[in-house]
Amino acid sequence: MELIDQKTKAIMEGCKERARSAGLRFGDETLEYLVTNRDMLELAPKMMIPTLYDYWVHDVEVLREKGKYELYPGNPYETVINTRPAISFYNDNNPDWLNVMIFYHVLAHIDFFQNNLYFRHTWDYDLTGQALADKRLIARLRSEHGRWVDYVIEFARGIDNLVDFHGELSHLHRSDKDCSARLNFFFDVFLQQQRPVTTSEYMKQVEAYNQACSEPGEMGEQSFFAGVVRKYPEFEAAFDRHESEKSQKSPDLLQFLIDHSPMLNSEENRWMKSVLQIVRTTSIYFQPQIRTKIMNEGWASYWHETLFLQDDRIQGHEIPFARVNAGVTAMPRVGLNPYALGMRLFYFIEEAADRGCYSFDYRRLNNMEQKRHFDQKTGKGSEYIFEVRENYSDFTFLNNFVDQDFIDHNQLFVAGKRLDEERMVWQYYVKSRHADDYRQMLFDSLYHPPRILLDHEKSREGDLCLNHIIEGKPLVAEYIANTMLGIEFLWGGPVCLETSEAEIKSGGEEAETPAAVNWKRVRYRMKERTLERTLL
Amino acid sequence: MNRKQLYQRLKASGLTKRQQRIITAEMDDCGDHSVLSPLSHPPSLADLYGPDDLSCLQDLRVNSSTFNVRTLDQLLERDRLRERDGFPRKIRIGRMVRPGRNAEGKVVVVPTTVEEKFIHDTRFNQQQQGEGSGGGSGQGEEGEVIGEQPVRPEGEGEGTGAGKGKGADHEMESNAYDLGRILTEKFQLPNLKEKGKKRSLTRYTYDLTDRNRGFGQVLDKKATLRQVLQTNIGLGNLSQAGEIDTTKLLIAPRDMVYRILSREKDYESQALVFFVRDYSGSMAGKATELVVTQHVLIYSWLLYQYAGQVETRFILHDTEAKEVEDFHTYYNSRVAGGTQVAAAYRMVNELVQQDALDRDYNIYIFHGTDGDDWDREGRETIPELKRMLSYASRIGITIAEHSYGNTGNTEVQSYLKKSGLLEQAQDLLRLDNMSEDEDEDRLIEGIRRLISE
Repeated sequence: MELIDQKTKAIMEGCKERARSAGLRFGDETLEYLVTNRDMLELAPKMMIPTLYDYWVHDVEVLREKGKYELYPGNPYETVINTRPAISFYNDNNPDWLNVMIFYHVLAHIDFFQNNLYFRHTWDYDLTGQALADKRLIARLRSEHGRWVDYVIEFARGIDNLVDFHGELSHLHRSDKDCSARLNFFFDVFLQQQRPVTTSEYMKQVEAYNQACSEPGEMGEQSFFAGVVRKYPEFEAAFDRHESEKSQKSPDLLQFLIDHSPMLNSEENRWMKSVLQIVRTTSIYFQPQIRTKIMNEGWASYWHETLFLQDDRIQGHEIPFARVNAGVTAMPRVGLNPYALGMRLFYFIEEAADRGCYSFDYRRLNNMEQKRHFDQKTGKGSEYIFEVRENYSDFTFLNNFVDQDFIDHNQLFVAGKRLDEERMVWQYYVKSRHADDYRQMLFDSLYHPPRILLDHEKSREGDLCLNHIIEGKPLVAEYIANTMLGIEFLWGGPVCLETSEAEIKSGGEEAETPAAVNWKRVRYRMKERTLERTLL
Repeated sequence: MNRKQLYQRLKASGLTKRQQRIITAEMDDCGDHSVLSPLSHPPSLADLYGPDDLSCLQDLRVNSSTFNVRTLDQLLERDRLRERDGFPRKIRIGRMVRPGRNAEGKVVVVPTTVEEKFIHDTRFNQQQQGEGSGGGSGQGEEGEVIGEQPVRPEGEGEGTGAGKGKGADHEMESNAYDLGRILTEKFQLPNLKEKGKKRSLTRYTYDLTDRNRGFGQVLDKKATLRQVLQTNIGLGNLSQAGEIDTTKLLIAPRDMVYRILSREKDYESQALVFFVRDYSGSMAGKATELVVTQHVLIYSWLLYQYAGQVETRFILHDTEAKEVEDFHTYYNSRVAGGTQVAAAYRMVNELVQQDALDRDYNIYIFHGTDGDDWDREGRETIPELKRMLSYASRIGITIAEHSYGNTGNTEVQSYLKKSGLLEQAQDLLRLDNMSEDEDEDRLIEGIRRLISE
């Protein structure tokens, strides 16, 4: 890997100036490397992070077909990585005009990484540096503990999609000035749900709190709660119960094991906790990437198209650009393209916001004709898409902005595929042009890890119980045994998993009728490396 | 006899409904058996996370064919250690991949693994909602068909097929050799008998067979004496025949003849392997992929274990059988037409008889099929099979059952069972029945079943 030459770097700097004046915001420094196919071979399994820890699975062709992206929350290899400074990778024989296009694409990605709030937790440190430190730590552990380090990595990676990414984010977005947990509980839960009181009584309590705070200064809250306990003797117990329930609801299995696993907390195994922590941080780091794929690619495509066409340096290369650009951003006749979809949504939102369509005035219209001609000429379109890029993730983006107008405007439809048995051909057909169906189809293909919670009530006598909340899909059955084997190792005792299995009644021979599904609740128990399955 | 005539004859002798359906499905099949060319993949309907910047913008992609065998050994060693530590093995081998989007595809053998996690089963949705749905754009009314794609080539296109192009064959052989090396520890040819003794199969043995003058491990007294006499005759020490005074004989150091440890080719039995594959229309898709992959594995293993000295013959059949010259053609021929297993067996028998192959060779026959046969009762197949059993060292039949059929109920399996040959000739005839969705581990397990003692 070597850096790009000075001439190309100058082109990049020119791109930065133009991108900044168009409103994009990103750090001054960036690093651009040329990569060969050989480099790619090493980088790709490490998700393009050159300093990621070594792990033998990276040397093996990994079967991606089954479950595909679901297994890898880390975005499939990208041309730019979210580090400080951001690092991007280039093919060594790109012509200049192509580099200009890619530079704009990359800059828009960097802008997205550094401004979208779902990436908030990645803003405070540089992953390459962190990863290098982790890599050294793992190398040192390997010299002390040999291949057991790899087992721990393997088992930890087996559950690295069960991390509480959103919980992590919500810590960051809470301001410090918030009230104490006890106070929040008292006013938000206790007085409203557990011991409902009348409004006047509620106001009285608020008044009492303000009174208590204003008089004896810092001790205010304490004296207030002393009063509360006199009135509601059960309050403290209720609060404790609430707190422990809250921690149980966290889906972060990895963090739970780090904190509570008897095996990991024994003296000689303590080193394993740092391995788990590395795997967990890395996973959380990549979570927002896969949750913003459509937005991120759409945003980058929007800007490389816009800025490239305005760039005075590349005149005469419009035709090759058009060809490459169309390859990236054309809507396929069948299939999904995140670049095309995201870009069209941003254009659509910008235009709609220019007309003021995201306003109450517009929404209260029920006449199509009026809607069509509605135009407040707000000129706020550009501002609005910047707001969208800051605050949305793929789900909220699609949920809010994919509407019937968008579908009609771009002639989108849900495509279906069916077997014509007589002629032995697959037929592709237009299944639906409804926005609701289209949105649902998109949601179904979005990344979504299963929701698996810890079940403390059932966790008795050293068993660790996991509860899979069914969201319409079963787990991949073949993977259950080995994943549970890993958890058993990390927990140091038997592990249970409750999940549901679907039995499809094959009544679906008459094509159109959807097959009936029969859900069965089952319980897996892994003890001493043997798996047992019982029907509940 | 062509398909139509055969059909007429079968019809005259009466057909069940199920048979009628199977046969008519294959009757109208007008495909040919041309060697498969690399196909474009069918469009994926809802793959949001497939495209990435590097391939879309810069045409940079990972070429998985660059693979280094030394690391392979280390990986396998690691896998052995896993077992010792009480964890299941994780590395699988023999996955066939075909990199490259265009013409020059090739077969590459790579170790693969999968990182297991709790994830949602996406296959479930497809089952539930029929054949799946995804995005699309452009003109067309709801319900309108906007495109079609033939089912068959698609099924075969996935993952199988060595593709065309120069050098592809060679690539195949050298990689197959590596694969064979890995598989070797897993199995051995059964029932090897001494026959012909032309070439060696196992590589070498060490024996005190070479003679050497002057030094060595064991003195060969007879040869030494002979040599001593020869020298002394030359010297004129032996005047008369009859009386010899041994005390007068001179013994030169070079007269001492020793036996010396040497590397010997161990002359052993030789083997001939027939690969027989059903390439009728019903084999479309995964069934073919499975059978072909299994035969690749067996072929690779033979290639390595017997240093390329096992002779192989390749036979494809639909209603008629045909011998093809190399594995490449065998491996890549398209499926089409009807099914008659007897035709293939008859051909094997004829070939063996013609060249009197059974005199010089241990003969192994591996047959891969989906279990369909127009000859439902096996009236023609069973006699041919019996003939084969009279000379073969092992016949291994793999049935890759279609997921839409009932298990264990295919024609081939039922007439084999009925004939009782599986029990009578348990040592010679093996049947392995698997679903067409199985993975490599199951395939390797299948090979073991087919060839175990």
